Amino acid sequence: MSLLSSITLVTVQKDIRLEWRSKDVLNAMLFFALLVVVVFSFSFDPDAEESRQIAGGLVWVAFLFAAVVALNQTWARELRNQVLDAYRISPAPANALFLAKAVGNFLFVSVLEALMTPLFIVFYKLRALGPGWQLIPIALLGTWALVVNGTFFAAMSLRTRSREIMLPLLLFPISIPAILAMVNATTAVLVGEASAKFWIVLLGTYDVVFTIACLFLFETVLHAE
Amino acid sequence: MKRVFPILAILTALLLSYGLYLALVVAPTEQTMGDVQRIFYYHVPSAWTAFLLFSLNFLASIQYLVRRNPFSDRLASVVVIAIAVLTCIGAYVVTLPEGVEKSAVATTGIGIALLYFGIRKFFSEQGTDILALVTAEVGVVFCTVVLVTGPLWARPVWGIWWTWDIRLTSTLVLWLIYLSYLMLRRFSDSGQTPVLAAALAVFGALDVPLVYFSIWIFRTQHPQPVIGGGGSIDPRMLHVLLINWLAFLSFAGLVCWSRYRLEVLQREVEEAQALDSLADARGTR
Repeated sequence: MSLLSSITLVTVQKDIRLEWRSKDVLNAMLFFALLVVVVFSFSFDPDAEESRQIAGGLVWVAFLFAAVVALNQTWARELRNQVLDAYRISPAPANALFLAKAVGNFLFVSVLEALMTPLFIVFYKLRALGPGWQLIPIALLGTWALVVNGTFFAAMSLRTRSREIMLPLLLFPISIPAILAMVNATTAVLVGEASAKFWIVLLGTYDVVFTIACLFLFETVLHAE
Repeated sequence: MKRVFPILAILTALLLSYGLYLALVVAPTEQTMGDVQRIFYYHVPSAWTAFLLFSLNFLASIQYLVRRNPFSDRLASVVVIAIAVLTCIGAYVVTLPEGVEKSAVATTGIGIALLYFGIRKFFSEQGTDILALVTAEVGVVFCTVVLVTGPLWARPVWGIWWTWDIRLTSTLVLWLIYLSYLMLRRFSDSGQTPVLAAALAVFGALDVPLVYFSIWIFRTQHPQPVIGGGGSIDPRMLHVLLINWLAFLSFAGLVCWSRYRLEVLQREVEEAQALDSLADARGTR
């Protein structure tokens, strides 16, 4: 267990250091999400009441698209100089690598969300009518839901032709319940009419189920030959 | 073996035509919906067949994954037996929701175990992979039939082509998941495809209850006109439905079989070609 956590920690630190020095992924994600926000506000031009109804969907669609940008880069970095192959022949547990990548992506997407949320509030004149603090667990659980499966499917699509196209094709259908849950939970909090509790529980269940599934299957996928 | 296929094909064709005759002529006309209702004899059997094929795909994928390692193979067998026993006991101990037959639940549990061990006995490791591919392909075709016949019926009866109702939506999501499964198989042409596809099939199967549950909450929070509803079905209609299901099942089985043989041949050809070019490169020919 300590081996797993220490290797995870080292890999996460390495990814963060790389990202800190290059800022490739974060810049690309931020610009992409910004574009989505602007394009959406042109295409809908909502007033405050309408935007409260649709904001949950807009926010998460923007984050989803931006997350795909980050997820596609996750493993690309390890392909250069055969780092991934080196990892495969090393005795380090495969799950440590998976957890490190998932945690790294989680951090990057969370930073993106923290930076984009003020923009959304300004552009769409948002104000939560329900209990606003619930948005924090929704954001954390929702981000993990996107990132855990995304990291796994990114590893799968490494082995395919045109891998950048493949990731959303695999990720979106499986993520439908999670997307439904986060969008509805966010809308419920913003509109303040219904409780978001069911949706948060559903998101939590989704996270637990797929985290376990990923940890069970990642080694098989990494060593698939 | 070569004789069996044409004989089964003729029998299936006869059964399908008999089913069509029953559905269009013999079955009583529904009181309120009229003749439109007869699409039901194609819609429902296709749905059942598609779901059965998708379950087969899941079982075959699990088999493919666990067989790579003797320990997980044994573990999976124990788990399947445990699930079957628990559903049988649970069906008679737990109070089930209204309308759910105890015997149906128990039969499902035993059926899953029988299918699992059937696949385990009769298919090689590569066979389970081909089975997963074939059932997904044919399942998507039947699921498409469901999604096309549904709106055709809904338009005259409900007045709308589509509603985001729980059954429609979850069938659509299931269709999307298996399409992405087929896309993955199409896009990845290396020797790793079977493992990746099997992993995706497991993810898809885990997703199904979550999809169903999420859409269920989605719909109960925003009530919509509910469809059809309870009520009992005329026994003559049920008879026609079951005959048609039998016809569809044997049709699906036949298509799967010939697709299976095709895939086996194709892999043999590919292997022979690979060996051939290897021999060429070595200059041993």
